[in-house]
Amino acid sequence: MPSRVEAFFGFIGRRVIPVRRDIHYASKIINDTFYWTFVSPVKGKPVRVRAAVSEIVKAGYNAVPIVAVISLFVGIILALQAAYQLKRVGALIYVANLVGVSITRELGPILTAIIVAGRSGSAFAAEIGSMKSAEEVDALVTMGINPVRFLVTPKLLALMLMLPALTVFSDMIGIFGGFLLSTTVIGIHPYNYFQQSVNALLVKDVVTGLVKAWAFGIVITIVGAYQGFKVEGGAEEVGRRTTASVVASIFLVIVFDLFFTTLFYYFT
Amino acid sequence: MENAIEVTGLQTHYGEREILKSINVSVPRGKTSVILGGSGCGKSTLLKHLIGLLRPTRGKISINGRDIAVMEEEELNEVRKKMGVLFQGAALLNSMTVAENVALPIREHTGLNESTIMIMVRMKLDLVGLSGFEKFYPSQLSGGMKKRAGLARALALDPELLFFDEPSAGLDPVTAAGLDDLILKLRNVFGITIVVVTHELPSVFTIADYVIMLDAGEVIFSGVLDELRRSENERIRMFLERKPEMKTYSPDDYFRFIVGD
Repeated sequence: MPSRVEAFFGFIGRRVIPVRRDIHYASKIINDTFYWTFVSPVKGKPVRVRAAVSEIVKAGYNAVPIVAVISLFVGIILALQAAYQLKRVGALIYVANLVGVSITRELGPILTAIIVAGRSGSAFAAEIGSMKSAEEVDALVTMGINPVRFLVTPKLLALMLMLPALTVFSDMIGIFGGFLLSTTVIGIHPYNYFQQSVNALLVKDVVTGLVKAWAFGIVITIVGAYQGFKVEGGAEEVGRRTTASVVASIFLVIVFDLFFTTLFYYFT
Repeated sequence: MENAIEVTGLQTHYGEREILKSINVSVPRGKTSVILGGSGCGKSTLLKHLIGLLRPTRGKISINGRDIAVMEEEELNEVRKKMGVLFQGAALLNSMTVAENVALPIREHTGLNESTIMIMVRMKLDLVGLSGFEKFYPSQLSGGMKKRAGLARALALDPELLFFDEPSAGLDPVTAAGLDDLILKLRNVFGITIVVVTHELPSVFTIADYVIMLDAGEVIFSGVLDELRRSENERIRMFLERKPEMKTYSPDDYFRFIVGD
């Protein structure tokens, strides 16, 4: 039955060809983004500094309150959960170690990344997507301006800077949250808590967290840009792509987190 | 008559569907050419090829004697600096003021200082009748003003070629006539080669020197306006006289159609 064989290969083809096209498109966006951000400035095509500053304000500065509140709460929750277990073995002072290390190595970067993906990743996709559907991207091309250079490079620079910066901030607030709870509710002496934290934390804990945050910034920007540039239709598709960008960037942030955590586990 | 644009054997596909069926078109220099045709005839697709937004499946598109279909992006950008495009919705960048929009191509492609750029911007805005609107954002402008601002941006680098995509779409007759006047002025005063894609007949008879008519992906007419008026072609007459397309089914065919056979 050749028709059944045909149908089988047809089935595979119909599934594989769109995926291959998506991979091609995604790699083109990644390639263009890195070219226009890192290579072309060397060749004398400067990046748009003012646009980058404006993105820094939008993606970084404006996210400070929400990052602060969430980090504070997570720090408190973490201290409570740790105390719940540690008081059984009479090791309450180790709350400081647990809070400090888990916030700097893991929770600070990932919480910040998730907040930024929700705030800025979606905004990137929606902005580029609606520009695409209003022919603004086409207009840029016909003016001889590369849309990736014009739109994505400032965003990438902003997130590469601001995600680590917000993570440092989140680390501090999170540890402060743990400190606040431990010194009041649990009754650890503030100086002891401080000393314990300083002893427990290593520079590499903070640095690995920041390296992760930097990578998350790249992931979020590229996913947002990719989804934005994929918009072909109108408003409905902008909405769909915005949702897709948040889901995909949170997923990829977790995947990259797994990768980096494994890497640091073996090599630091 | 020298041609600014010469299209030979242009064939394009959208997915599997063939849009333009190996067409030949030429656009005379220093004239206003109108690409005419009903919805879905491929006229917007043709425009997108002329401005280098789409790459053809087959064929040559020569602009000033150079084939843009095979050009690298860098080379194409050089050609694009000599052309201006006014999109259907004006396509102004909403995050920037009118002045910043008009200044954008100048800032990107020249090393002029800020005060010179602002003088150029004011000149272009004055040319399209938008003096005093520098600080406005596109969302604060009416449809007609947006198109004028878009035109000022298209004119920013003093192009040799100017493309209009449906300039009068969505405008009231008075505003549309104003835009037509502007198109005439640009041709008469600056001698720019203008290509207009439209289906608005009153505007065609006002601005066109040369008409190219497309139907179902094929060129059914190209020539001067008088020849178009005299044409005996059935499709052209239907278009000019605004006759609806009659689809007549036999009762049997109709029955087969509605039961989806």
